[in-house]
Amino acid sequence: MAEAAISGAQSAGQGEDSFQVAGRRFTSRLIVGTGKYKDFDETAAAIEASGAEIVTVAVRRVNVSDPNQPMLMDYVDPKKITYLPNTAGCFTGQDAVRTLRLAREAGGWNLVKLEVLGDQKTLYPDMAETLTAAEMLLKDGFDVMVYCSDDPIMAKKLEDMGCCAIMPLAAPIGSGLGIQNPVNIRLIIEQSSVPVLVDAGVGTASDAAIAMELGCDGVLMNTAIAEAKDPIRMARAMKYAVRAGRDAYLAGRMPRKKYADPSSPLAGLI
Amino acid sequence: MQIILNGEPRDLDSALSVEGLLSHLGLEGRKVAVERNLEIVPHSAYDEVLLEEGDRIEIVHFVGGG
Repeated sequence: MAEAAISGAQSAGQGEDSFQVAGRRFTSRLIVGTGKYKDFDETAAAIEASGAEIVTVAVRRVNVSDPNQPMLMDYVDPKKITYLPNTAGCFTGQDAVRTLRLAREAGGWNLVKLEVLGDQKTLYPDMAETLTAAEMLLKDGFDVMVYCSDDPIMAKKLEDMGCCAIMPLAAPIGSGLGIQNPVNIRLIIEQSSVPVLVDAGVGTASDAAIAMELGCDGVLMNTAIAEAKDPIRMARAMKYAVRAGRDAYLAGRMPRKKYADPSSPLAGLI
Repeated sequence: MQIILNGEPRDLDSALSVEGLLSHLGLEGRKVAVERNLEIVPHSAYDEVLLEEGDRIEIVHFVGGG
């Protein structure tokens, strides 16, 4: 979304930078997952520290033998934070569509994250199934943010079908390996007219900054925060990293040079 | 009457509506979604839809996830 991003930029950081997905405007470019935390108190505190306005959630069976167990919604208010239901754990398009129809019934909203995985070991997306599921969901009125491979051709197909955000992986889910594919991510950003978010692979704050410096509209992460020794502090670090990377992208970096260039004037030397 | 509730067999004393089942389970008013034999039961139909012998019922909600 390079063009729109630049035209919408505030030159001196005046006013609030924001991005739009499926007609909704968000000021935070960080989307966080709600999995892997030690309890719901920690989940809520990490979301707060991250400044995220959108959080991903999974759809699972209610524990019918103990329905009084605490529920996520008791800690994270869906009226204040946008829930983005995912299809994590789905390995077929059919499963994904079934899951998100249930999510829509439970939550009453259409904005969803589609992910159809193809392999347990790498959690790499199955793009054939993803395309099928995206088509079914779009026909059914969903706004689909889609987790995908970093293949620009696949990303283009998903955009042309009508997906509202393209979310390529930067490294395998939960690996924390950082941005392994800056060239592909850049190609996808350049060709896309819907938001592009790096989804999966971020391990620490500099990874999030790199994704944003490439021109991503946002970053989605879960494990990098939840599995940090101090998740709340890492959530805060990610908030600043995403903002810093975004500002650096908008500011436009200096050209790389082969040799040194002194910062102090050479004239007037004693 | 026996149904399959979230993958487990469960005996019910009498014919219940979906609404009745949710309140029997202590889930009334919770943000859940219900599927009966792979068909979603809309919230608006909870009191009309009566469970039948052998129904496969799924009750789901939102949990933490990435």
